[in-house]
Amino acid sequence: MSKKYDEIPIAGNIVEPGNSKGYLTGGWRAKKPIHKDETCLWIKNGTCGLCWIYCPDNSVKLIEKDGKYSYEYDYDYCKGCGICANECPTNSIHMEDE
Amino acid sequence: MVEYDKPAVAIKEMLKRDQVLSAGHRMCAGCAAPTVVKLMGMALRGPTIVCEATGCLEVATTIYPYTAWEIPWIHVAFENASAVASGVIEATKAMYAKGNYAHEHVDVIAIGGDGGTFDIGFGSLSGMLERGHDIVYMVYDNGAYQNTGIQRSGGTLPGQETTTSWAGKVEPGKRQKKKPLTEIVAAHKIPYVATVSPGYQRDFITKFRKALEVEGPAFIHAYSPCPRGWRSETGRSIELSRLAVQTGIHPLYEVIDGEKYIMSGPSKRLKELTPMEEYWKTQGQFKHLFKPEWEEFRKQIQVDINHEWELLKKKCGI
Repeated sequence: MSKKYDEIPIAGNIVEPGNSKGYLTGGWRAKKPIHKDETCLWIKNGTCGLCWIYCPDNSVKLIEKDGKYSYEYDYDYCKGCGICANECPTNSIHMEDE
Repeated sequence: MVEYDKPAVAIKEMLKRDQVLSAGHRMCAGCAAPTVVKLMGMALRGPTIVCEATGCLEVATTIYPYTAWEIPWIHVAFENASAVASGVIEATKAMYAKGNYAHEHVDVIAIGGDGGTFDIGFGSLSGMLERGHDIVYMVYDNGAYQNTGIQRSGGTLPGQETTTSWAGKVEPGKRQKKKPLTEIVAAHKIPYVATVSPGYQRDFITKFRKALEVEGPAFIHAYSPCPRGWRSETGRSIELSRLAVQTGIHPLYEVIDGEKYIMSGPSKRLKELTPMEEYWKTQGQFKHLFKPEWEEFRKQIQVDINHEWELLKKKCGI
């Protein structure tokens, strides 16, 4: 975010809530979580979701569309902490070096 | 903000909720505090204002020119988060009476770290509880002043090594016990006090909702592992928050009106406590305890924890 002095809101206020989305923390990552669809309970029947609940960076995307479930990572923000891989009850996630 | 009749405890309800804290915040990888805030968000029931004392969570979520907070949020100094929260709730009432504000009631939540609650903000917290403002105070307890460089706080566990309680030939880390803050707060005879752990999310969300719903002040003590300060693996934070409950250093219970103790499911179901060694060996900050010269000290900690656990069971009538 590079703004000129007259574009910055008065008194340095931040006027947009949650604008930290503009700061990508994915570059911090040393290890990358890799997801396997075959054993995942979310893909199977839309339950579990522990990885989504515990992810500190909101990087797990659980998608439900027309009764079908899919799974994605948002690698823009994932810091590679490995909580999802550690908590997965079916070991469907593993960490790989970047 | 939308109003919710029930807290979201099932995954599909959770997915429908708006996030309280957006991605792109700069908390360390593996920190459990953003998860604590996320779970807090699942319990909210409508318009909410958060007042936050200085701490990791405050510093790392609002680095200029960014903020990760999606709901109204005010930052105040270390010592006065609860005093400011009192002011906020009074201001909204006065503004509503004058017709300048849309909501008759807003939920006000004050958040502090263990340094800002156990030590520095303790006086103003006690004042808020005494005045009886309808505020939920949540402390996320990571066991030291992690933000300023891992200094010892009132919430630091015995035997824990910090930069102001070094372990070496003479000292085994912190020698003193942890301040029993939950008990002290409960002694104010406030309507609701509870301890929670992010590893037991269902228990966390239902308790937080109860805290919001009671009339008068409520206090939530959340355990929040810190991989940086504890020298633990980043992926094991949530596991450690569960282990803390199983070893009995952070038992889960509720106190109603300062008198009625209720032990919560995850603690109640424990047949016996996991030995502290299981907890210590996961963290670098406790590794000195395994040296032969600190064997006595180590055993004494376990004896104290067992004693506290028996005492708590007696209070809960188990």
